Amino acid sequence: MSDIVLKTENLTKHYGGVHALQEANFELRKGEHVAIMGDNGAGKSTFVRQITGVEQRTDGKIWFDGKEVNFAGPIEAREAGIETVFQNLALADDLDVPSNLFLGREKVLFNLGPFSILDRKAMRKATEAALVRTAVKIPNLSSTIRHMSGGQRQCVAIARTATFASKLIIMDEPTAALGVQETAQVENIIRTLKANGEPLILISHNMRQVFDLVDRIVVFRRGRIVANLRKQDTDGNDIVAYITGAKTGQAELQAA
Amino acid sequence: MSQTSHGIGGLSYDAKKRPWPAEFNVLLALVILVGAFELIGRVFLGDSFLFNTRENVDAIFNEQRLQIIILQVSIVGIIAIGVTQVIICGGIDLSSGSIVGATAMIAMSFAQVATVNGNPNPKAMFIAYGWTDLPVIVPLLVAIGCGLIAGMINGSLIAYTRIPPFIATLGMMVTARGIAKWWSKGQPISFPTESFAAIGKGLMPVIIFISLAILFQLILSYTRYGKHCYAIGSNEDAARMSGIKIANHKVLVYVIAGILASIAAVVLSSKNLTAQAGMGVMYELDAIAMAVIGGVSLSGGRGSIIGTVIGSLIFGVIISGFTFLRLDAYYQEMVKGVIIVGAVVLDQWRQRRRAIGA
Repeated sequence: MSDIVLKTENLTKHYGGVHALQEANFELRKGEHVAIMGDNGAGKSTFVRQITGVEQRTDGKIWFDGKEVNFAGPIEAREAGIETVFQNLALADDLDVPSNLFLGREKVLFNLGPFSILDRKAMRKATEAALVRTAVKIPNLSSTIRHMSGGQRQCVAIARTATFASKLIIMDEPTAALGVQETAQVENIIRTLKANGEPLILISHNMRQVFDLVDRIVVFRRGRIVANLRKQDTDGNDIVAYITGAKTGQAELQAA
Repeated sequence: MSQTSHGIGGLSYDAKKRPWPAEFNVLLALVILVGAFELIGRVFLGDSFLFNTRENVDAIFNEQRLQIIILQVSIVGIIAIGVTQVIICGGIDLSSGSIVGATAMIAMSFAQVATVNGNPNPKAMFIAYGWTDLPVIVPLLVAIGCGLIAGMINGSLIAYTRIPPFIATLGMMVTARGIAKWWSKGQPISFPTESFAAIGKGLMPVIIFISLAILFQLILSYTRYGKHCYAIGSNEDAARMSGIKIANHKVLVYVIAGILASIAAVVLSSKNLTAQAGMGVMYELDAIAMAVIGGVSLSGGRGSIIGTVIGSLIFGVIISGFTFLRLDAYYQEMVKGVIIVGAVVLDQWRQRRRAIGA
């Protein structure tokens, strides 16, 4: 029990009459990488939004890091150690890489309240160390995010997540808008996180990517978790069958 | 062989292709403008704009002209320092000119002497209470208090009621002007104490302007406050998600802008030895123009105090250049308008080009 990082029990979310998420039971162990798959509207993002406190759940319980939690908002979840890389990247375009990495948690030389003097050297050094650790490649740390490619931006966002997190990282389709090479770079970062033993939830539509990267695959369909399979026990066709509903896994899950 | 530097993860970049700081462009514009006036002056008037042409004076430059250029922009320049921070933060401040008017009236009424040429001061507002010949710190604190309150109201309206900064500060603009007129029922307030009059004497406005500009440039570059200004102006949602307390920051930015406007009011009324309800009319627009010409982006996130200072000098050069060419003041305003619009068009164009280039 102690190696469980995140656990949900009967997690349910209704939007008015729409049952977006129903009785989701989910577990994530230390160092484990889990993929969440499913069609559009299957409840993947809804599930993540309940965990990260972006929305308030209708019913159910969440345990994180051994304690039952009720996050009032995303900042609380972040303070507890859940970092999310959103589809729309939360970066400030006009700031450089270290400033973005340390945004809202700057290192300071002298604490003078809002006028605290920034420790720019220390932030730059820590940024370099963080980028090396996550194997992120950025040509020039001093250039602003505005001047970077989509892949580089994504890498900065992930590096930032990985630097502070943390106890759990959630990525919502991190490579959806990226080219081949950039996707490969992001995937390398995820492998590095795996090697470092950092737990991760990856939402993705990319079957190859999922089989390459994660240990376990959870499939959502119509607001329910319909499959929870270890990678070695399944294959692409099997997963597609669950996503499309050709196979319903409901009986198997309940039997297990 | 291009000069390369090594980045993280074995990638390298061309150090020569670093983005050119926007301030250089503004500085270049200033140099071109001065050059143009110099050229026109030499060709058409046989006189130099920049250099000393008088035989009996031993100087390279026309120092008098240089002093006038910076002196006439330094008071609006002080306001522009605050406006720059507001715009970087993604806001706008239309109230600074009216805050100057209201603050000048209120502060001056606490800086009056009791007797003028042996007679009781006819303009002294608080002579009945004996509030005359007060130490200079009193009107100074009163002025800063006025700026602080006005800024606090602006900032709180914007941060907590979430009305657009344009509307909040427009309201303050009208209200503060009303207060300026109501304070003495439209009468000018005159005869300040000697120590109050010393604040704006001679080149003091320039010294105050430059000191404040340096101070706030350092604050913007090296403090958490500065970093958060750029972050909020750049992507407010990202800043909020990063845990920055947006509301507190916005209130602080508008308070700083209000206090800078009130300092400008003190300097202006001290320099003129009088305060009038109409003081500072249109200063807010001049201050915004200085910032915009200086490369501060109206969409937020980009700009610097250095840029604004150079922008203010461009302003000053245009005004003295037109006087030098003996053109009517009407033309100054027309050209000022064209330059403001031109600066914004240029900024938009550069942003679009950058977006395509990236």
